[in-house]
Amino acid sequence: MSIFKALITLNLTTLKSQALIYLDWLKKWLEPANLAQLRPKLEFQTGVLAGFGLLASVLLGVTHCSTESAIQRRLSEDLQHSLAEVVPAVLHDNNMLNDTITIPSAEYRIAAEQTLVYLAKKDGQVTAVCFKFTAPDGYSGAINMIMGVARDGSLLGVRVLNHKETPGLGDKIEVAKSNWITRFVGYSLDNLSPAQWAVKKDGGEFDQFAGATITPRKSVQAIYRGLQLFKAHQSELIQP
Amino acid sequence: MLSDTYRKIAADGIWHNNIVFGQNLALCPLLAVTGTATNGLGMGLATLVVIIASNGLISLVRNLIPGEIRIPIFVLLIAALVTLVDILMNAWAHELYKVLGLFIALIVTNCALLGRAEAFASKQPVKEALWDGLMMGLGFLLVLVALGAAREISSTGTLFANASLLLGESFRFLEVTVIPDYKGFLLMALPPGGFIMVAFLIVGKRLIDQRLAQTQNQVHSQEPDLSLEATQ
Repeated sequence: MSIFKALITLNLTTLKSQALIYLDWLKKWLEPANLAQLRPKLEFQTGVLAGFGLLASVLLGVTHCSTESAIQRRLSEDLQHSLAEVVPAVLHDNNMLNDTITIPSAEYRIAAEQTLVYLAKKDGQVTAVCFKFTAPDGYSGAINMIMGVARDGSLLGVRVLNHKETPGLGDKIEVAKSNWITRFVGYSLDNLSPAQWAVKKDGGEFDQFAGATITPRKSVQAIYRGLQLFKAHQSELIQP
Repeated sequence: MLSDTYRKIAADGIWHNNIVFGQNLALCPLLAVTGTATNGLGMGLATLVVIIASNGLISLVRNLIPGEIRIPIFVLLIAALVTLVDILMNAWAHELYKVLGLFIALIVTNCALLGRAEAFASKQPVKEALWDGLMMGLGFLLVLVALGAAREISSTGTLFANASLLLGESFRFLEVTVIPDYKGFLLMALPPGGFIMVAFLIVGKRLIDQRLAQTQNQVHSQEPDLSLEATQ
C-alpha cells in the first residue's frame, strides 16, 4: 500500500516539475520581446492565422453542440405556444406536435411544396387543424403565419410568427401591436365571398393600415389561399 | 476619481470621437434599425456587449498578431464572437433573443468594431481597451436612441413604443404618445428619413462644438492668465 502511495506522489512531483517547465517556456515565449522577433516570420504568421481559425471553429462547434438541444427545445416550446394561440385548449386533448399529416400545397403559393398539418383531436376525433403558411410577397419579404381552422372550415385564429415589414407601419399585423389579426376569427370561405376576402381599399372586408396597404393586403390573400388549401383536403384531414 | 487617460477615453467615445458623429462609421446598422427608439435601444445594447468583448479579446492577444494579417484575424474574432453571442442568447435567453435576435446578426456588418480593434484595442492594455469599448458602445447607444426617438416622434408621434416587449412589463411607463392624433409621416420611418435625421443630428453636434469653441476663445481673450493654466 505504502509503495503504491509513494509511486503516486513521485509521479505527481515529476508531473508538476514537467508542467512547470512547460509553463516557464510558454511564459518566455509569450514575452513581448520574443513575440516581436517572431512576428515578421512567415511560419509564425501562418501558424497564428491557423491557430485563430482553429480556436474560433472549436469554440463555435462546442457551443453549437452544447446548445443545440436547448435551442430545439425552445423552438418546440415556441411552436406549442403559437399552436395554443390559434387552437383553443378546450378543443383538443392530444399533443398536436405528435399528431400530424403532410399534404401537398405547391399550387397555393404559400411558399411550401408540402405543408405539415397539426391535428387537434378530442376523444379521437379531429376537431380542428392547424398549419403554418407564408405570404411570400409581403412589402419587404415573406410573412410567416400560422392558422387554426375548425372542422367546418371557419377560422379559429391567425397569428404572424415572423416578418420583416416596416416597423411602426406594417408591423400592426402582429397581435402584440394591434388587434387587426384577431378580426379573422369565425370567417370562412362560405360566409365571405371571394371578393370580400380583401382589404377595404380593394372592396373587401378587412381594414388596411394608414401608410401600409401592401402588408395587410398580402396577408389577407395568403390567409384566403390557406383556407383554400384546407378546403381542398378537408375530407382527408378531418376523417382520421 | 478617474485618471486623465480614462477620462479622455470616455470623452472621446461619447462625444468627440463618437462612432457616428466623430468617425461617421456604422451608418448601415444605424439607419436600418432606428425606426423607433426601442429598436435603437435594443441594437445599442447588443452592440455594447459585443464591442466590449471584442476590444477586450483583441487587446488580450495583441502581441500575438502580426501586422500583416491583423485584419483577417480581427474579422475572424469579431464574427466568431457575434455568432457565439447569437447562439448562446438563442439557447439561454430565448425571450430576449426573439426581440434582439434580428440586431445581433447585424452587428457583424458594424465596421465600428473593426475600427476600434484596429485603432485602439490592438495597441492598448486590456483595461483601457475594455473601457474604450464601454465608452464607444455607450456613445453609439446614445446616438441610436436619440435618432430612433427623433424618427419615431416625427413618423408616428409616439416614443419608446413596445419598450415593454424588449425590457419587460416594468418598463411600460417608457411608452408615451408625444403627439396625440398624429397623422403619421411615412418618410421618417423609412431609411431616407434616417439619413435626413442623422444629418440634422450631426449638424447639431457641430453647432454645439462650435459654440463651445467660441466661448472658450472668449474666455481665453478676456483672462489670458487662466488660459495659460488651462493649457498646462
